[in-house]
Amino acid sequence: MKLYLKYASVILRSLMQYKASFVMSTIGQFLVSFTAFLGVYFMFSRFHSVSGFSYCEVLLCFSVLLTSFSLAECFVRGFDTFSVIISNGEFDRIMVRPRNEILQVLASRIEFSRIGRLLQALLMFAYALPSSEVVWSFDKILTLFFMIIGGFGVFSGLFVIYASLCFFTIEGLEFLNIFTDGGREFGRYPFSVYGEGVLKFFTYIVPLALFQYYPFLYLTGRTDRVIYMLLPLIGLLFIVPCLLFWRIGVRHYKSTGS
Amino acid sequence: MREYLSFFKIRFSIGLQYRAAAWAGMATQFAWGGMTILLFRAFYQSSQNALPMTMSELSSYIWLQQAFLALYMVWYFDNDIFGSIMSGNIAYELCRPIDIYAMWFTKNMAVRISRAVLRCLPILVFAAFLPAPYNISLPISPAAGLLFIISMILGLLVVVAFSMIIYVSAFYTISPIGIRILATSVLEFFTGAIIPLPFFPQSLQTLMYLLPFASMQSTPFMIYNGYISGERIASAISLQIIWLIILLALGKTLMVRALRKVVVQGG
Repeated sequence: MKLYLKYASVILRSLMQYKASFVMSTIGQFLVSFTAFLGVYFMFSRFHSVSGFSYCEVLLCFSVLLTSFSLAECFVRGFDTFSVIISNGEFDRIMVRPRNEILQVLASRIEFSRIGRLLQALLMFAYALPSSEVVWSFDKILTLFFMIIGGFGVFSGLFVIYASLCFFTIEGLEFLNIFTDGGREFGRYPFSVYGEGVLKFFTYIVPLALFQYYPFLYLTGRTDRVIYMLLPLIGLLFIVPCLLFWRIGVRHYKSTGS
Repeated sequence: MREYLSFFKIRFSIGLQYRAAAWAGMATQFAWGGMTILLFRAFYQSSQNALPMTMSELSSYIWLQQAFLALYMVWYFDNDIFGSIMSGNIAYELCRPIDIYAMWFTKNMAVRISRAVLRCLPILVFAAFLPAPYNISLPISPAAGLLFIISMILGLLVVVAFSMIIYVSAFYTISPIGIRILATSVLEFFTGAIIPLPFFPQSLQTLMYLLPFASMQSTPFMIYNGYISGERIASAISLQIIWLIILLALGKTLMVRALRKVVVQGG
Protein backbone atom coordinates (compact mmCIF):
# COMPACT_ATOMS: atom_id res chain seq x y z
CA MET A 1 0.00 0.00 0.00
CA LYS A 2 2.84 2.32 0.88
CA LEU A 3 4.50 1.46 -2.39
CA TYR A 4 1.29 2.16 -4.26
CA LEU A 5 1.02 5.61 -2.72
CA LYS A 6 4.60 6.24 -3.68
CA TYR A 7 3.82 5.32 -7.28
CA ALA A 8 0.72 7.51 -7.16
CA SER A 9 2.67 10.50 -5.96
CA VAL A 10 5.27 10.00 -8.69
CA ILE A 11 2.56 9.91 -11.34
CA LEU A 12 0.85 12.94 -9.86
CA ARG A 13 4.06 14.93 -9.74
CA SER A 14 5.00 14.07 -13.31
CA LEU A 15 1.49 15.06 -14.36
CA MET A 16 1.87 18.42 -12.68
CA GLN A 17 4.80 19.17 -14.97
CA TYR A 18 2.28 19.51 -17.77
CA LYS A 19 -0.44 21.39 -15.96
CA ALA A 20 -2.11 22.86 -19.04
CA SER A 21 -2.38 19.49 -20.69
CA PHE A 22 -3.77 17.95 -17.50
CA VAL A 23 -6.38 20.68 -17.12
CA MET A 24 -7.33 20.27 -20.78
CA SER A 25 -7.85 16.54 -20.53
CA THR A 26 -9.77 16.91 -17.29
CA ILE A 27 -12.07 19.41 -18.95
CA GLY A 28 -12.29 17.07 -21.91
CA GLN A 29 -13.34 14.19 -19.70
CA PHE A 30 -15.95 16.45 -18.18
CA LEU A 31 -17.29 17.45 -21.58
CA VAL A 32 -17.45 13.88 -22.83
CA SER A 33 -19.76 12.84 -20.06
CA PHE A 34 -21.54 16.16 -20.16
CA THR A 35 -22.76 15.48 -23.70
CA ALA A 36 -23.97 12.12 -22.44
CA PHE A 37 -25.92 14.00 -19.80
CA LEU A 38 -27.31 16.39 -22.42
CA GLY A 39 -28.47 13.38 -24.39
CA VAL A 40 -30.45 12.16 -21.40
CA TYR A 41 -31.78 15.66 -20.73
CA PHE A 42 -32.99 16.15 -24.30
CA MET A 43 -34.68 12.77 -24.34
CA PHE A 44 -36.52 13.57 -21.12
CA SER A 45 -37.54 17.03 -22.22
CA ARG A 46 -39.50 15.19 -24.90
CA PHE A 47 -40.65 12.00 -23.21
CA HIS A 48 -40.89 12.70 -19.42
CA SER A 49 -40.51 9.07 -18.39
CA VAL A 50 -39.15 5.75 -19.58
CA SER A 51 -40.56 2.40 -18.42
CA GLY A 52 -41.87 4.14 -15.31
CA PHE A 53 -38.62 5.79 -14.33
CA SER A 54 -38.60 9.55 -13.99
CA TYR A 55 -35.88 11.97 -15.07
CA CYS A 56 -34.49 12.35 -11.55
CA GLU A 57 -34.40 8.63 -10.98
CA VAL A 58 -32.52 8.05 -14.21
CA LEU A 59 -30.06 10.80 -13.27
CA LEU A 60 -29.50 9.12 -9.92
CA CYS A 61 -28.82 5.83 -11.65
CA PHE A 62 -26.55 7.56 -14.16
CA SER A 63 -24.50 9.29 -11.49
CA VAL A 64 -23.99 6.09 -9.48
CA LEU A 65 -22.77 4.35 -12.60
CA LEU A 66 -20.55 7.22 -13.68
CA THR A 67 -18.99 7.51 -10.24
CA SER A 68 -18.08 3.85 -10.02
CA PHE A 69 -16.90 3.74 -13.63
CA SER A 70 -14.66 6.76 -13.32
CA LEU A 71 -13.18 5.47 -10.06
CA ALA A 72 -12.44 2.15 -11.71
CA GLU A 73 -10.98 3.87 -14.74
CA CYS A 74 -8.87 6.15 -12.60
CA PHE A 75 -7.27 3.42 -10.51
CA VAL A 76 -7.48 0.29 -12.63
CA ARG A 77 -6.57 1.93 -15.92
CA GLY A 78 -3.26 0.02 -15.89
CA PHE A 79 -5.19 -3.12 -16.75
CA ASP A 80 -7.18 -1.38 -19.45
CA THR A 81 -4.00 -0.41 -21.32
CA PHE A 82 -2.31 -3.69 -20.50
CA SER A 83 -1.89 -4.71 -24.15
CA VAL A 84 0.79 -2.02 -24.39
CA ILE A 85 2.68 -3.43 -21.41
CA ILE A 86 2.56 -6.90 -22.94
CA SER A 87 3.52 -5.97 -26.47
CA ASN A 88 6.49 -3.79 -25.60
CA GLY A 89 7.94 -6.39 -23.25
CA GLU A 90 7.46 -4.26 -20.14
CA PHE A 91 5.79 -7.20 -18.43
CA ASP A 92 9.09 -9.10 -18.39
CA ARG A 93 10.51 -6.33 -16.34
CA ILE A 94 7.53 -6.45 -13.99
CA MET A 95 7.94 -10.20 -13.52
CA VAL A 96 11.54 -9.96 -12.35
CA ARG A 97 10.82 -7.36 -9.71
CA PRO A 98 10.29 -8.78 -6.21
CA ARG A 99 6.85 -7.28 -5.84
CA ASN A 100 3.36 -8.43 -6.65
CA GLU A 101 2.67 -7.97 -10.35
CA ILE A 102 -0.94 -6.90 -9.85
CA LEU A 103 0.24 -4.03 -7.71
CA GLN A 104 2.76 -3.00 -10.33
CA VAL A 105 0.27 -3.09 -13.17
CA LEU A 106 -2.19 -1.13 -11.06
CA ALA A 107 0.43 1.46 -10.30
CA SER A 108 1.73 1.67 -13.86
CA ARG A 109 -1.02 4.05 -14.71
CA ILE A 110 -3.34 6.19 -12.64
CA GLU A 111 -5.57 8.46 -14.66
CA PHE A 112 -6.11 11.51 -12.52
CA SER A 113 -7.80 13.27 -15.42
CA ARG A 114 -10.83 11.06 -14.76
CA ILE A 115 -11.57 13.51 -11.99
CA GLY A 116 -13.35 15.47 -14.71
CA ARG A 117 -15.80 12.66 -15.10
CA LEU A 118 -16.14 12.21 -11.38
CA LEU A 119 -16.94 15.90 -11.06
CA GLN A 120 -19.73 15.48 -13.58
CA ALA A 121 -21.08 12.55 -11.57
CA LEU A 122 -20.96 14.55 -8.34
CA LEU A 123 -22.79 17.46 -9.94
CA MET A 124 -25.54 15.11 -11.07
CA PHE A 125 -25.69 13.65 -7.58
CA ALA A 126 -26.03 17.13 -6.17
CA TYR A 127 -28.98 17.70 -8.44
CA ALA A 128 -30.61 14.29 -8.27
CA LEU A 129 -30.23 13.49 -4.57
CA PRO A 130 -32.52 16.23 -3.23
CA SER A 131 -34.99 16.27 -6.10
CA SER A 132 -35.62 12.54 -6.30
CA GLU A 133 -38.36 11.42 -3.96
CA VAL A 134 -36.11 9.14 -1.95
CA VAL A 135 -36.29 9.49 1.81
CA TRP A 136 -32.65 9.37 2.80
CA SER A 137 -32.69 7.04 5.76
CA PHE A 138 -29.60 5.21 6.93
CA ASP A 139 -30.22 2.07 4.90
CA LYS A 140 -30.74 4.09 1.69
CA ILE A 141 -27.43 5.83 2.12
CA LEU A 142 -25.81 2.48 2.78
CA THR A 143 -27.40 1.12 -0.40
CA LEU A 144 -25.99 3.99 -2.41
CA PHE A 145 -22.58 3.34 -0.95
CA PHE A 146 -22.83 -0.37 -1.77
CA MET A 147 -23.85 0.45 -5.33
CA ILE A 148 -20.77 2.56 -5.91
CA ILE A 149 -18.42 0.05 -4.31
CA GLY A 150 -20.06 -2.83 -6.20
CA GLY A 151 -19.81 -0.91 -9.46
CA PHE A 152 -16.17 -0.18 -8.86
CA GLY A 153 -15.60 -3.91 -8.26
CA VAL A 154 -17.44 -5.13 -11.33
CA PHE A 155 -15.83 -2.62 -13.69
CA SER A 156 -12.40 -3.40 -12.23
CA GLY A 157 -13.09 -7.08 -12.78
CA LEU A 158 -13.93 -6.39 -16.40
CA PHE A 159 -10.69 -4.49 -16.86
CA VAL A 160 -8.78 -7.42 -15.33
CA ILE A 161 -10.45 -9.87 -17.74
CA TYR A 162 -9.61 -7.55 -20.60
CA ALA A 163 -5.96 -7.55 -19.53
CA SER A 164 -5.85 -11.30 -18.93
CA LEU A 165 -7.05 -11.97 -22.44
CA CYS A 166 -4.01 -10.07 -23.68
CA PHE A 167 -1.85 -12.93 -22.43
CA PHE A 168 -3.43 -15.10 -25.08
CA THR A 169 -3.96 -12.64 -27.89
CA ILE A 170 -1.22 -10.02 -27.32
CA GLU A 171 -3.61 -7.44 -28.71
CA GLY A 172 -6.48 -5.86 -26.87
CA LEU A 173 -9.89 -7.12 -27.80
CA GLU A 174 -12.17 -4.40 -28.92
CA PHE A 175 -15.37 -6.34 -28.47
CA LEU A 176 -15.00 -6.36 -24.70
CA ASN A 177 -15.67 -2.64 -24.87
CA ILE A 178 -19.32 -3.60 -25.18
CA PHE A 179 -19.22 -4.36 -21.47
CA THR A 180 -17.00 -1.58 -20.20
CA ASP A 181 -17.73 1.42 -22.41
CA GLY A 182 -21.09 -0.04 -23.35
CA GLY A 183 -21.89 -0.57 -19.70
CA ARG A 184 -21.11 3.06 -19.07
CA GLU A 185 -23.13 4.29 -22.03
CA PHE A 186 -26.20 2.13 -21.63
CA GLY A 187 -26.09 1.79 -17.86
CA ARG A 188 -27.30 5.38 -17.64
CA TYR A 189 -30.76 3.90 -17.73
CA PRO A 190 -31.80 1.05 -15.42
CA PHE A 191 -31.17 -2.18 -17.34
CA SER A 192 -34.79 -3.28 -17.17
CA VAL A 193 -35.51 -0.63 -19.80
CA TYR A 194 -33.81 -2.77 -22.43
CA GLY A 195 -36.08 -5.73 -21.84
CA GLU A 196 -36.01 -9.03 -20.02
CA GLY A 197 -33.25 -10.70 -22.03
CA VAL A 198 -30.75 -7.90 -21.63
CA LEU A 199 -31.51 -7.66 -17.91
CA LYS A 200 -30.90 -11.40 -17.45
CA PHE A 201 -27.63 -11.15 -19.34
CA PHE A 202 -26.42 -8.32 -17.14
CA THR A 203 -27.52 -10.20 -14.03
CA TYR A 204 -26.05 -13.63 -14.57
CA ILE A 205 -23.23 -13.24 -17.09
CA VAL A 206 -21.78 -9.77 -16.68
CA PRO A 207 -23.22 -8.67 -13.34
CA LEU A 208 -23.65 -4.98 -14.06
CA ALA A 209 -27.30 -5.05 -13.05
CA LEU A 210 -26.40 -6.37 -9.61
CA PHE A 211 -25.09 -3.00 -8.55
CA GLN A 212 -27.22 -0.90 -10.83
CA TYR A 213 -30.77 -2.16 -11.30
CA TYR A 214 -31.68 -4.24 -8.24
CA PRO A 215 -30.35 -2.00 -5.47
CA PHE A 216 -31.79 0.91 -7.41
CA LEU A 217 -35.25 -0.65 -7.00
CA TYR A 218 -34.62 -0.73 -3.26
CA LEU A 219 -33.30 2.81 -3.28
CA THR A 220 -36.36 4.24 -5.00
CA GLY A 221 -38.70 2.26 -2.78
CA ARG A 222 -40.01 -0.02 -5.51
CA THR A 223 -39.22 -3.05 -3.39
CA ASP A 224 -38.68 -3.71 0.33
CA ARG A 225 -36.55 -6.81 -0.05
CA VAL A 226 -33.34 -6.28 1.86
CA ILE A 227 -31.55 -8.77 -0.35
CA TYR A 228 -31.72 -6.25 -3.19
CA MET A 229 -29.76 -3.85 -1.07
CA LEU A 230 -27.01 -6.42 -0.55
CA LEU A 231 -26.76 -7.60 -4.15
CA PRO A 232 -23.94 -5.17 -5.04
CA LEU A 233 -21.78 -6.93 -2.46
CA ILE A 234 -22.48 -10.22 -4.23
CA GLY A 235 -21.58 -8.49 -7.46
CA LEU A 236 -18.27 -7.66 -5.87
CA LEU A 237 -17.53 -11.40 -5.89
CA PHE A 238 -17.24 -11.07 -9.66
CA ILE A 239 -13.68 -9.97 -9.12
CA VAL A 240 -12.73 -13.43 -7.80
CA PRO A 241 -13.09 -15.35 -11.09
CA CYS A 242 -11.47 -12.39 -12.84
CA LEU A 243 -8.39 -12.63 -10.67
CA LEU A 244 -8.31 -16.42 -11.13
CA PHE A 245 -8.37 -15.86 -14.86
CA TRP A 246 -5.52 -13.39 -14.47
CA ARG A 247 -3.53 -16.07 -12.61
CA ILE A 248 -4.08 -18.53 -15.46
CA GLY A 249 -2.97 -15.83 -17.86
CA VAL A 250 0.22 -15.08 -15.99
CA ARG A 251 1.08 -18.77 -15.92
CA HIS A 252 0.45 -18.99 -19.64
CA TYR A 253 2.58 -15.92 -20.35
CA LYS A 254 5.31 -16.20 -22.93
CA SER A 255 7.29 -13.10 -23.54
CA THR A 256 6.88 -11.36 -26.87
CA GLY A 257 10.63 -11.13 -26.80
CA SER A 258 10.95 -7.54 -27.80
CA MET B 1 -3.41 12.93 -59.67
CA ARG B 2 -1.65 9.58 -60.03
CA GLU B 3 0.43 9.99 -56.92
CA TYR B 4 -2.63 10.71 -54.79
CA LEU B 5 -4.31 7.66 -56.19
CA SER B 6 -1.40 5.48 -55.14
CA PHE B 7 -1.39 7.04 -51.66
CA PHE B 8 -5.03 6.14 -51.51
CA LYS B 9 -4.35 2.57 -52.65
CA ILE B 10 -1.57 2.02 -50.11
CA ARG B 11 -3.61 3.29 -47.19
CA PHE B 12 -6.66 1.42 -48.39
CA SER B 13 -4.88 -1.92 -48.53
CA ILE B 14 -3.22 -1.33 -45.16
CA GLY B 15 -6.67 -0.72 -43.77
CA LEU B 16 -7.97 -3.97 -45.22
CA GLN B 17 -5.34 -5.98 -43.35
CA TYR B 18 -6.97 -5.57 -39.97
CA ARG B 19 -9.61 -8.26 -40.40
CA ALA B 20 -9.68 -9.46 -36.79
CA ALA B 21 -10.17 -5.91 -35.63
CA ALA B 22 -12.97 -5.60 -38.16
CA TRP B 23 -14.79 -8.64 -36.76
CA ALA B 24 -14.45 -7.33 -33.24
CA GLY B 25 -15.61 -3.93 -34.41
CA MET B 26 -18.63 -5.43 -36.10
CA ALA B 27 -19.64 -7.34 -33.00
CA THR B 28 -19.31 -4.17 -30.95
CA GLN B 29 -21.27 -2.08 -33.39
CA PHE B 30 -23.99 -4.64 -33.72
CA ALA B 31 -24.45 -4.83 -29.96
CA TRP B 32 -24.27 -1.05 -29.77
CA GLY B 33 -26.94 -0.56 -32.43
CA GLY B 34 -29.14 -3.18 -30.82
CA MET B 35 -28.92 -1.60 -27.40
CA THR B 36 -29.63 1.86 -28.80
CA ILE B 37 -32.73 0.57 -30.55
CA LEU B 38 -33.93 -1.19 -27.40
CA LEU B 39 -33.48 2.04 -25.49
CA PHE B 40 -35.49 4.07 -27.97
CA ARG B 41 -38.12 1.33 -28.02
CA ALA B 42 -38.52 1.77 -24.28
CA PHE B 43 -38.98 5.50 -24.73
CA TYR B 44 -41.46 4.98 -27.54
CA GLN B 45 -43.49 2.52 -25.49
CA SER B 46 -43.59 4.87 -22.53
CA SER B 47 -45.26 7.66 -24.39
CA GLN B 48 -47.16 7.85 -27.61
CA ASN B 49 -47.12 11.60 -28.17
CA ALA B 50 -44.42 13.87 -29.50
CA LEU B 51 -42.52 11.36 -31.58
CA PRO B 52 -40.24 13.21 -33.98
CA MET B 53 -39.47 10.10 -36.05
CA THR B 54 -41.25 6.80 -36.56
CA MET B 55 -39.62 3.71 -35.10
CA SER B 56 -38.71 2.34 -38.52
CA GLU B 57 -37.14 5.63 -39.63
CA LEU B 58 -35.16 5.63 -36.43
CA SER B 59 -34.04 2.02 -36.82
CA SER B 60 -32.79 2.66 -40.35
CA TYR B 61 -30.91 5.69 -39.06
CA ILE B 62 -29.26 3.76 -36.22
CA TRP B 63 -28.21 0.82 -38.37
CA LEU B 64 -26.77 3.09 -41.06
CA GLN B 65 -24.91 4.93 -38.35
CA GLN B 66 -23.39 1.72 -37.02
CA ALA B 67 -22.59 0.33 -40.46
CA PHE B 68 -20.86 3.49 -41.66
CA LEU B 69 -19.40 4.50 -38.31
CA ALA B 70 -15.88 4.46 -39.75
CA LEU B 71 -16.78 6.97 -42.45
CA TYR B 72 -18.15 9.62 -40.15
CA MET B 73 -16.31 9.25 -36.86
CA VAL B 74 -15.22 12.77 -35.90
CA TRP B 75 -12.92 11.43 -33.21
CA TYR B 76 -10.66 9.57 -35.59
CA PHE B 77 -7.36 11.28 -36.34
CA ASP B 78 -4.27 9.94 -38.02
CA ASN B 79 -1.66 10.03 -35.28
CA ASP B 80 1.11 9.84 -37.89
CA ILE B 81 0.18 13.30 -39.06
CA PHE B 82 0.21 14.82 -35.57
CA GLY B 83 3.39 12.88 -34.91
CA SER B 84 5.10 14.27 -37.99
CA ILE B 85 4.15 17.82 -37.02
CA MET B 86 5.38 17.41 -33.45
CA SER B 87 8.55 15.48 -34.23
CA GLY B 88 9.53 17.61 -37.19
CA ASN B 89 9.38 14.76 -39.69
CA ILE B 90 7.08 16.96 -41.66
CA ALA B 91 10.23 18.50 -43.10
CA TYR B 92 10.68 15.38 -45.25
CA GLU B 93 7.15 15.49 -46.50
CA LEU B 94 7.55 19.13 -47.43
CA CYS B 95 10.47 18.19 -49.66
CA ARG B 96 8.24 16.05 -51.82
CA PRO B 97 6.86 17.61 -54.96
CA ILE B 98 3.27 17.08 -53.94
CA ASP B 99 0.59 19.07 -52.24
CA ILE B 100 0.62 18.07 -48.61
CA TYR B 101 -3.02 19.07 -48.05
CA ALA B 102 -4.20 16.83 -50.84
CA MET B 103 -1.99 14.01 -49.65
CA TRP B 104 -3.32 14.08 -46.10
CA PHE B 105 -6.83 14.40 -47.45
CA THR B 106 -6.51 11.26 -49.58
CA LYS B 107 -4.86 9.29 -46.78
CA ASN B 108 -7.69 10.12 -44.43
CA MET B 109 -10.32 9.20 -46.98
CA ALA B 110 -8.59 5.88 -47.64
CA VAL B 111 -8.44 4.89 -43.98
CA ARG B 112 -12.08 5.71 -43.42
CA ILE B 113 -13.30 3.99 -46.58
CA SER B 114 -11.27 0.83 -46.04
CA ARG B 115 -12.59 0.46 -42.50
CA ALA B 116 -16.14 1.06 -43.60
CA VAL B 117 -15.90 -1.38 -46.52
CA LEU B 118 -14.85 -4.18 -44.22
CA ARG B 119 -17.59 -3.54 -41.73
CA CYS B 120 -20.66 -2.17 -43.41
CA LEU B 121 -22.01 -5.12 -45.41
CA PRO B 122 -22.35 -7.73 -42.66
CA ILE B 123 -23.98 -5.19 -40.37
CA LEU B 124 -26.42 -4.04 -43.05
CA VAL B 125 -27.34 -7.58 -44.09
CA PHE B 126 -27.80 -8.69 -40.50
CA ALA B 127 -29.84 -5.62 -39.69
CA ALA B 128 -32.05 -6.17 -42.72
CA PHE B 129 -33.26 -9.50 -41.35
CA LEU B 130 -34.37 -8.21 -37.97
CA PRO B 131 -38.12 -8.13 -37.19
CA ALA B 132 -40.08 -5.28 -38.70
CA PRO B 133 -39.86 -1.89 -37.05
CA TYR B 134 -36.38 -2.63 -35.71
CA ASN B 135 -34.71 -3.53 -39.00
CA ILE B 136 -33.16 -1.39 -41.69
CA SER B 137 -35.60 -0.84 -44.53
CA LEU B 138 -34.82 -0.01 -48.13
CA PRO B 139 -34.57 3.65 -49.10
CA ILE B 140 -38.05 5.05 -49.59
CA SER B 141 -37.58 5.40 -53.36
CA PRO B 142 -34.83 4.68 -55.93
CA ALA B 143 -34.35 8.43 -56.29
CA ALA B 144 -33.83 8.76 -52.56
CA GLY B 145 -31.32 5.92 -52.72
CA LEU B 146 -29.34 7.73 -55.38
CA LEU B 147 -29.44 11.04 -53.53
CA PHE B 148 -28.42 9.20 -50.38
CA ILE B 149 -25.25 7.99 -52.08
CA ILE B 150 -24.43 11.48 -53.38
CA SER B 151 -25.07 12.98 -49.98
CA MET B 152 -23.05 10.26 -48.29
CA ILE B 153 -19.99 11.07 -50.39
CA LEU B 154 -20.44 14.77 -49.68
CA GLY B 155 -20.79 14.00 -45.97
CA LEU B 156 -17.54 12.07 -45.96
CA LEU B 157 -15.77 14.93 -47.73
CA VAL B 158 -17.13 17.39 -45.17
CA VAL B 159 -15.87 15.22 -42.28
CA VAL B 160 -12.40 14.91 -43.77
CA ALA B 161 -12.26 18.62 -44.68
CA PHE B 162 -13.18 19.37 -41.10
CA SER B 163 -10.56 17.09 -39.60
CA MET B 164 -7.97 18.69 -41.89
CA ILE B 165 -8.55 21.95 -40.03
CA ILE B 166 -7.81 20.16 -36.78
CA TYR B 167 -4.58 18.74 -38.23
CA VAL B 168 -3.53 22.16 -39.44
CA SER B 169 -4.28 23.64 -36.03
CA ALA B 170 -1.51 21.44 -34.65
CA PHE B 171 0.95 23.70 -36.50
CA TYR B 172 -0.20 26.56 -34.33
CA THR B 173 -0.66 24.86 -30.98
CA ILE B 174 2.02 22.13 -31.15
CA SER B 175 0.04 20.07 -28.65
CA PRO B 176 -3.18 19.08 -30.36
CA ILE B 177 -4.75 17.39 -27.35
CA GLY B 178 -7.04 20.23 -26.34
CA ILE B 179 -8.65 20.73 -29.71
CA ARG B 180 -8.95 17.02 -30.26
CA ILE B 181 -10.80 16.47 -27.04
CA LEU B 182 -13.16 19.28 -27.89
CA ALA B 183 -13.72 17.80 -31.32
CA THR B 184 -14.40 14.36 -29.99
CA SER B 185 -16.83 15.26 -27.26
CA VAL B 186 -18.84 18.26 -28.28
CA LEU B 187 -18.86 17.89 -32.03
CA GLU B 188 -19.86 14.28 -31.96
CA PHE B 189 -22.93 15.38 -30.11
CA PHE B 190 -23.76 17.99 -32.75
CA THR B 191 -23.44 15.50 -35.60
CA GLY B 192 -26.30 13.51 -34.14
CA ALA B 193 -24.15 10.55 -33.14
CA ILE B 194 -25.46 10.38 -29.57
CA ILE B 195 -29.08 11.17 -30.20
CA PRO B 196 -30.44 11.92 -33.70
CA LEU B 197 -30.90 15.61 -34.42
CA PRO B 198 -34.73 15.50 -34.58
CA PHE B 199 -34.71 14.65 -30.87
CA PHE B 200 -33.06 17.95 -30.00
CA PRO B 201 -35.32 20.63 -28.52
CA GLN B 202 -37.22 22.64 -31.13
CA SER B 203 -35.45 25.88 -30.30
CA LEU B 204 -32.05 24.40 -31.11
CA GLN B 205 -33.01 22.50 -34.23
CA THR B 206 -32.70 25.23 -36.87
CA LEU B 207 -29.26 26.13 -35.59
CA MET B 208 -28.24 22.46 -35.51
CA TYR B 209 -29.25 21.93 -39.13
CA LEU B 210 -27.32 24.97 -40.30
CA LEU B 211 -24.06 24.01 -38.55
CA PRO B 212 -21.59 21.99 -40.61
CA PHE B 213 -22.01 19.02 -38.29
CA ALA B 214 -25.47 18.19 -39.59
CA SER B 215 -23.94 17.96 -43.07
CA MET B 216 -21.80 15.05 -41.96
CA GLN B 217 -23.78 11.92 -41.13
CA SER B 218 -27.19 13.28 -40.37
CA THR B 219 -28.14 14.54 -43.84
CA PRO B 220 -27.41 11.36 -45.84
CA PHE B 221 -29.05 9.06 -43.30
CA MET B 222 -32.13 11.26 -43.07
CA ILE B 223 -32.46 11.24 -46.84
CA TYR B 224 -32.25 7.45 -46.81
CA ASN B 225 -35.02 6.96 -44.29
CA GLY B 226 -37.22 9.62 -45.83
CA TYR B 227 -37.13 12.04 -42.93
CA ILE B 228 -35.74 14.63 -45.32
CA SER B 229 -37.75 14.47 -48.53
CA GLY B 230 -38.93 16.50 -51.50
CA GLU B 231 -37.53 19.99 -51.82
CA ARG B 232 -35.71 19.77 -48.50
CA ILE B 233 -33.31 17.28 -50.06
CA ALA B 234 -32.11 19.90 -52.52
CA SER B 235 -31.51 22.48 -49.81
CA ALA B 236 -29.83 19.95 -47.51
CA ILE B 237 -27.45 18.82 -50.24
CA SER B 238 -26.64 22.39 -51.28
CA LEU B 239 -25.86 23.16 -47.66
CA GLN B 240 -23.46 20.21 -47.65
CA ILE B 241 -21.75 21.60 -50.77
CA ILE B 242 -21.51 25.07 -49.26
CA TRP B 243 -19.95 23.75 -46.07
CA LEU B 244 -17.58 21.57 -48.03
CA ILE B 245 -16.33 24.58 -50.00
CA ILE B 246 -16.00 26.72 -46.88
CA LEU B 247 -14.14 24.05 -44.93
CA LEU B 248 -11.84 23.21 -47.83
CA ALA B 249 -11.01 26.86 -48.40
CA LEU B 250 -10.45 27.48 -44.71
CA GLY B 251 -8.26 24.41 -44.25
CA LYS B 252 -6.22 25.16 -47.32
CA THR B 253 -5.62 28.82 -46.40
CA LEU B 254 -4.68 27.96 -42.84
CA MET B 255 -2.31 25.34 -44.15
CA VAL B 256 -0.63 27.69 -46.60
CA ARG B 257 -0.23 30.32 -43.89
CA ALA B 258 1.12 27.77 -41.44
CA LEU B 259 3.63 26.41 -43.90
CA ARG B 260 4.88 29.87 -44.79
CA LYS B 261 6.22 30.34 -41.30
CA VAL B 262 6.64 26.76 -40.19
CA VAL B 263 9.33 26.23 -37.61
CA VAL B 264 10.50 22.69 -37.58
CA GLN B 265 11.42 21.62 -34.09
CA GLY B 266 14.55 19.60 -33.64
CA GLY B 267 16.46 17.72 -36.26
